[in-house]
Amino acid sequence: MTPTDLLELARGPALWASLAVLVLGSLWRVAAIWRLGAAPDLSEPRSTRLLAGAMRGIFGRMIPRKEIGRSGRLGALNGYLYHVGLAVIVFGYLPHIGFIERLAGLAWPPLPGPVVYFAVGLTFVALFIALMERLADPVRRLLSGFDDYFSWFVVILPCATGMIAINVSYPAGAAPPPLDPLPLAIHLLSAELLFVWLPFGKLAHAFLVLASRGVTGAALERKGAAL
Amino acid sequence: MEPPPSERARAALDSARAPDARKAAQVFVAQVGRDAAFQLEACVHCGLCAEACHFHLVTGDPRYTPVYKLWPMIKAYQRERAPFASLKRLLGVAPPESTAQALADWSELLYDSCNLCGRCTLACPMGIDIAGLVRQAREGMSAAGFAPPDLYEAAGRALETGSAMGVRWPALKRQIELQEKDTGLKVPVDVEGADYLVVLSSMEIIGFAEIIGALARIFHRAGVSWTLPSAGFEATNVGVQIGSREVAAVLLSRIVDAAERLKVKYVISPECGHAYSALRWEGPNLIGRPYSFKVVQIVELLDQLVREGRLRTRGKDARRLTFHDPCQIVRRGGVSQAPRRLMDGVSGRFVEMPASGAASFCCGGGGGVSAIHRAEKLRFAAFECKKRQVDATGAEALVTSCSNCRNVLEEAIEQYGMTLPVLGLTELVAQYLEPERPRP
Ligand code: SF4
Ligand code: SF4
Repeated sequence: MTPTDLLELARGPALWASLAVLVLGSLWRVAAIWRLGAAPDLSEPRSTRLLAGAMRGIFGRMIPRKEIGRSGRLGALNGYLYHVGLAVIVFGYLPHIGFIERLAGLAWPPLPGPVVYFAVGLTFVALFIALMERLADPVRRLLSGFDDYFSWFVVILPCATGMIAINVSYPAGAAPPPLDPLPLAIHLLSAELLFVWLPFGKLAHAFLVLASRGVTGAALERKGAAL
Repeated sequence: MEPPPSERARAALDSARAPDARKAAQVFVAQVGRDAAFQLEACVHCGLCAEACHFHLVTGDPRYTPVYKLWPMIKAYQRERAPFASLKRLLGVAPPESTAQALADWSELLYDSCNLCGRCTLACPMGIDIAGLVRQAREGMSAAGFAPPDLYEAAGRALETGSAMGVRWPALKRQIELQEKDTGLKVPVDVEGADYLVVLSSMEIIGFAEIIGALARIFHRAGVSWTLPSAGFEATNVGVQIGSREVAAVLLSRIVDAAERLKVKYVISPECGHAYSALRWEGPNLIGRPYSFKVVQIVELLDQLVREGRLRTRGKDARRLTFHDPCQIVRRGGVSQAPRRLMDGVSGRFVEMPASGAASFCCGGGGGVSAIHRAEKLRFAAFECKKRQVDATGAEALVTSCSNCRNVLEEAIEQYGMTLPVLGLTELVAQYLEPERPRP
């Protein structure tokens, strides 16, 4: 198989298969949880503004309470860094927007290249700090298992392969040459590995977070309890 | 024919005597409905909840990380009920079932080192209600024989005598008589058609009976129609603490029976945090139907009476006072401003603790921990967090609205060699009631 063949595979069947796993796996995960059902709460609510509670749960938890937490500060800040960094890379980088446009027909103006490159660097460092913390902090080490480390790996892998794929030098002022098919194919395949893994492990918090914060927000609002 | 609920509860307690890991797993799994599953599935193992838990903060022990306490339930769920459970079992990557030994070890984590205080719930960036899930996990532990022996005994006593501390009607009657003598007021008992039914915690009856006199004076002044029941007067619910819905439902239904027998409009949840969560939030779900009456927390009622102008206070306590927030009333119960307004009414120098209100630390004794003897050392250690909060205020007296907190705080204060009186909020309000004007 030539590098071009591999790129064809990564752009074609592998991409569609991974996207199918991503979508169907995620739907399955949510549906299987939904199916468990919920018993109605018979206690008299203090507040019936459950949707507002769910929303407050979802958005309020984006910022940690200042009264709680001690050494978690750096960890929390680092968490913001790689989440924002990843968002900038995925949604702000021109080739990625092109990729999404080809898939979904949606496009928006990209961020300037240097901003994205800076975000890549920052995300890379933040992800390594996250791994170090996971290994060094007794609490996180105790909580961590295969899912935590493998999920870390499938997130950093596309970052690394992406950096390698665009790492071509060309004279200043000249148009960038077309990307090498092999590194590009590897980058695509690594992103596809992430798509395939996402529904099954902790990366699914990308969408489960909404449900988790939402149900708790609504339940606490119902009692008028602290959110 | 089905045995009556009290026999079923008794049988559930008896059958739990022989530790049974399989049964624990089954009950764990049965706890996890949609809402719990969404939460368990969302954990990213960030460890931030550890920063909220006083047991972890004072010991540094990673095992006291709140979500880690849920491990046996999470494992059972992942093995048997989670979305890809069968696939994982097929591939041999599902977590193994917890052994009886592991569950026995976990008893300390799910009981001794958790007050169900909910501070971790506030800290979790994923919005996981860890405290609520610990409450659910205790169902599995208690059904399968892994709850602390002290709590099994207390539950048995409560089923038999009506109170986890073994307090029966004659003991309460004696206290009522003493309080009647003290106040010169009649304490109404079993008055049908009264508006409010007062239930009490055994701790109040035994340790802080002045509360009865305080209520008599307050309600007399405010013109509130009230009564105490001679049966079904115990407000606390050890069934909720040990994690046995069968036991909890039987204990709860005694209050419901009293309220319905006496046809009251309201039941007053007393100065007891977990009694409030049992009566106000869990109760209707335990008995499977909404109440025919409303539940009101005593502090809420006092605040309402003051605001309606039915209750007036005169003079203020000159000492520097601070308020300890009972977790189940304030953070988890939504009654946070009422105690503060009452404090302002009776105290000229009320100071808040740092991180007071929703983020306040537990006294260390909530969630049944104060009833577990083997947990005493850990409970006193955990008090360190509360102590720091209290010390920062320079208060000369500590006020609270939970008799269990009060007792736990008094014990810890003594243990730490501090000299700080602990007062009950209701009694404090009663102390500063405007004197009755002589009738013309
Ligand atoms: S804070 Fe929440 S998401 Fe983080 S480890 Fe604890 S329970 Fe899990
Ligand atoms: S509920 Fe309170 S005691 Fe229990 S784990 Fe959470 S913070 Fe710790």
